[in-house]
Amino acid sequence: MTQIAKPIKRRRIKGDGGAGYAFIAVALVIFALFTAYPVLSAFIISFQKYMPLGSKFIGFDNYINSFKDPLFWKAIRNTIVYTVLTVPVALFISLAVALLILPLKKKLQTTFKAIYYLPAVASGVALSVVWLWIFDPMPSGIFNQLLGFFGIDNVNWLGATSTSMFSLVLMSWLSSHGTSIIIYLAALLGIDDSYYEAAELDGASFLKKLWYIVIPCLKPTTLFLLVTGVIGSFQVFQNAYLMTGGGPDNATTMVGLLIFNNAFKYFEFGKAAAQSLILAFIIGGISLIQFKFLGKDVEY
Amino acid sequence: MALYSEHTGKKPLKYARNTVIIIVLLLFAIATIFPIYFMIISSFGDPVEAGAMNYTLFPTKISLESYKFFFDYSEYSLRWLLNSLIVASIVTVSNVVFASMAGYAFSKLRFKGRSVLFAILLVAMMIPYQVTQVPLYILIVNIFEIQNTYPALILPGIVTVYNIFLSKQFMSSIPGEILECAKIEGCNQFQIYLSIILPLSKTVLAVMAILTFMDSWNTFFWPLLVTNTMDMQTIQVGLKNFRFANTTYFAPMMAGATISALPMFILFFSLQKYFLRGVTVGAVKG
Repeated sequence: MTQIAKPIKRRRIKGDGGAGYAFIAVALVIFALFTAYPVLSAFIISFQKYMPLGSKFIGFDNYINSFKDPLFWKAIRNTIVYTVLTVPVALFISLAVALLILPLKKKLQTTFKAIYYLPAVASGVALSVVWLWIFDPMPSGIFNQLLGFFGIDNVNWLGATSTSMFSLVLMSWLSSHGTSIIIYLAALLGIDDSYYEAAELDGASFLKKLWYIVIPCLKPTTLFLLVTGVIGSFQVFQNAYLMTGGGPDNATTMVGLLIFNNAFKYFEFGKAAAQSLILAFIIGGISLIQFKFLGKDVEY
Repeated sequence: MALYSEHTGKKPLKYARNTVIIIVLLLFAIATIFPIYFMIISSFGDPVEAGAMNYTLFPTKISLESYKFFFDYSEYSLRWLLNSLIVASIVTVSNVVFASMAGYAFSKLRFKGRSVLFAILLVAMMIPYQVTQVPLYILIVNIFEIQNTYPALILPGIVTVYNIFLSKQFMSSIPGEILECAKIEGCNQFQIYLSIILPLSKTVLAVMAILTFMDSWNTFFWPLLVTNTMDMQTIQVGLKNFRFANTTYFAPMMAGATISALPMFILFFSLQKYFLRGVTVGAVKG
């Protein structure tokens, strides 16, 4: 650490040069080794046919082959469908629940926050085990029992192309929204009372206050949840991997799962790296668009 | 004066409104909790094959046989839990130490390249993990050749950018005058960090510790990649083996799932305040 610090001192930088570098040394080394280097490495590997001993430079082939691959497009389509069906619904549910919690007493607020957040502390693997049994294709599966009440034949939820994607979406709808609920509630509590007072003097109804005060005031929060939600959804891997394995007939193969399969099932590291970088560009692009269209008057 | 009118003078109306709200919230709560409830209830069933059992929503009897079955199933069942505990604990402690040090430097110390370095960290936070996964795997397995060891499980998580960001945000709000005073009194930077910054940052450090532990305990992807023998797996990966090996044994599967989630539930109920606060740190201004 002192080795880094010394030349700085010689150059007589004002302030806490040495100490500064000493304090970030470990973090910086770990970051360089396990984040910065892998990112650069991903660029290089994406232009190679990767082999443990002596990779071959093949130019843009990995990118071109990915774009020609119908499965890649299908995975992107699946990911977009999944995102469009889950993220806005999650936002709506979270906001609705947060609005309902708002008028309650502090203690009740905390209780409900805790209940809604609880599933988020359980591991995804444990929950997927449970959900597999909820979606069980036998008539004894919980959803099938439920349908049985209404005289509907049992459905092969995860095993049929027509319902597998919907099953994953349903699982996401019914899963924990605790994080966004708590964030929305914090934002709601942060809205200045004077806005409501002014509105009430003008005789505004509940809905008017909701539309003209709450929604605009929550815009930064909504944008934050939207952007992080979309980013998270585009990287979705675990649910598809554990619940359906991407099947049936790749109906639930998301981009994240496709990259995983290319890398760790078929050991096509070059192709996987190229696809992961395409994913990064898509995510970057979408975030940018979201900020541009929704973030005009949002300051961060 | 708030979003909801106070209904002054019409108390019954207010009570009616709140009752309706609470009922709606309870219904949603039941839906949210149901998978966890179902998991725990079913784990007390007998370890018989799935075809021979009937699923009930209310326990008819409580038996710990399935838990016994889970621990007997593999000689490594206990080891998986221990591995998770070791990895999550080390990752948590190192993050609290190194991320808080870096956070202090980025928020309070001036040195050349500070803002550039911090900007690079922020940009790195937005890169999807899929990008780094393949090279990271190659680095650990082909270059360092440490797959299937604790270092392979721990090293990539020693300090995460998110935690540096959290502590930097928090420490920026500590007034600089206090630090100036300490400097005049003759404290060096390390003493300032140790005796002023750390005590003042307890909350954010606790939040950071809890979220990091939870993340590390629940992580599935990385341990799946870098472990290849049963004895080095963490509980999440072990659980997956179990699932595919015994798809017909329902109650023991639920017992395994419960066991993997139980430490987090216990932590959650004892440190609920920090969990719930942790969610909003970094997401909401103020």
